[in-house]
Amino acid sequence: MMAAIMNNSEHPSRGLTRMALSETGLLSTFAMRAVRVAFQRPFELREVVHQVYMAGWRSLPLVMTSGFAIGVVLSMHTRATMERFGAEALIPAALAIALISETGPLMTGLLVSGRVGAGIGAELGGMKVTEQIDALESLAVDSFHYLAVARIIACMIALPILTTVMNFSGLIGGFLAETVISNVSLRLYFHQAFAGIGFMDYALPTLKTVVFGFIIGTVSTYLGYTTTGGSEGIGRASTRSVVFSSMLLIVINVLLVRIIFLLFPAGAL
Amino acid sequence: MLSLAECLPDGSRCFRSRAAALTLRAGLHSQPLLAIRFEKVTKCFDGKRVIDELSFDVPRGEACCIMGRSGTGKSVTLKLLMGLLKPDEGKIYVNDVEIETLDSAGLVEVRKTMGFLFQYSALFDSLSVADNVAFPLRRHTRMRETEIADSVRERLAEVGLEAELDKMPLDLSGGMRKRVGIARALALKPSILLVDEPSSGLDPITTREIDKLLIELKSSNKTTVVVVTHNIPSARRIGDKLIVLHEGRIIAQGTPQELDESKDDVVRQFMSSASE
Repeated sequence: MMAAIMNNSEHPSRGLTRMALSETGLLSTFAMRAVRVAFQRPFELREVVHQVYMAGWRSLPLVMTSGFAIGVVLSMHTRATMERFGAEALIPAALAIALISETGPLMTGLLVSGRVGAGIGAELGGMKVTEQIDALESLAVDSFHYLAVARIIACMIALPILTTVMNFSGLIGGFLAETVISNVSLRLYFHQAFAGIGFMDYALPTLKTVVFGFIIGTVSTYLGYTTTGGSEGIGRASTRSVVFSSMLLIVINVLLVRIIFLLFPAGAL
Repeated sequence: MLSLAECLPDGSRCFRSRAAALTLRAGLHSQPLLAIRFEKVTKCFDGKRVIDELSFDVPRGEACCIMGRSGTGKSVTLKLLMGLLKPDEGKIYVNDVEIETLDSAGLVEVRKTMGFLFQYSALFDSLSVADNVAFPLRRHTRMRETEIADSVRERLAEVGLEAELDKMPLDLSGGMRKRVGIARALALKPSILLVDEPSSGLDPITTREIDKLLIELKSSNKTTVVVVTHNIPSARRIGDKLIVLHEGRIIAQGTPQELDESKDDVVRQFMSSASE
């Protein structure tokens, strides 16, 4: 890539900017095409269900374990802080707010972009270099619809479900950490945790992850679809899928939080 | 008045109108004398003319072998024919239907009448042999699973692989993968079969077996076969008509005997390379 930039007579930084803008434009076109095609027949429901299984069900062990560990750690940190102010009773609520509003959605997005994004990038990249995508087209199948759109929709469905699992795993982890110290009951813990959380407080951050799913699905299928250069290209597509979707996800998250605060000032935690 | 997005009964794709779809289907199944026609087709990559005003035709039920050195545009010609690439200039007709003017839904209909065997078979590595062959049947027909299973066994028996139903593509040899590729390409009983380098990476005995299979297909099923190869003995066995490409242009076309008598140095050099 650098060689291509240096071969050009223009300044390297300008070459990089041009390349970044060009990639952004192509990715945006890809995303818009995916949105348009998603509403056209055939809807590839069987493939969407299969991909939800691959992206969602198979990510459950990772998400549950991570959620549980995060819950335990957050609970310990929260206790250390709350104890100073004699506000131990607020620990469940503080943990729930931290998990539901930001930690759960963002961590789930990053974990899925690592596991699923890399997988999609490598899988489609492998299919591209071994002509399997051309083979699909030759069998009169719209490969874009079958491969790309189905995976994007699957990510959009899987992310909110996984986020919910992450949140509850975190709360259970937090409960176990807390009950060892204070012997609090499960019922009381969950009652305190959800005392100050309304439906919108839960729904908005969780639904935000639909956008995360769109970003992970689109970036990784785009990079897989445009893979060139054999096994090296497949590795590059896989790595770039994780890096770009994670980066984009973190940046877009800032925007989404801002939008939620603007549109739903009462609902946003 | 028909709506713009009226769909076909099988729900395959949206055509501009049902009438347009039916006209296209009727055209594709009308069995004209010429199965394939190229008219001054040009294709450029990065400003370089890979295919330069290519014109040829293949009569229905005949086998045509496109030969030439590596990088002369043989595989590009097949991909143009399948609609995987669009020509920069010229016209391509499949069963009298001009394919480069079709939308994606139209191309789907055209592709249903063609089978494509890729150079390295391009089998779906996440699916078993049986599922690879069943894939087009599940996508494009309303057959029941039992009927699909019977059809898959029949196709695999034709290529001598009925015992390998449950194997994965990675467990097969190169020759076996080619045979599965042929079975998959024939699953929808296409009227045209496109084959890219059938002998690449295969030993001479397996190459002969694949050639025999293609000849049987042509003679028993009246399938039009277009083979891209640089294997001259193979081309002599399969082809009713041979085309020699050089730097994206046709430098000779005719029967094997006619090409043997060619006075063009490149053609003579090419044809004589078989006996070396």
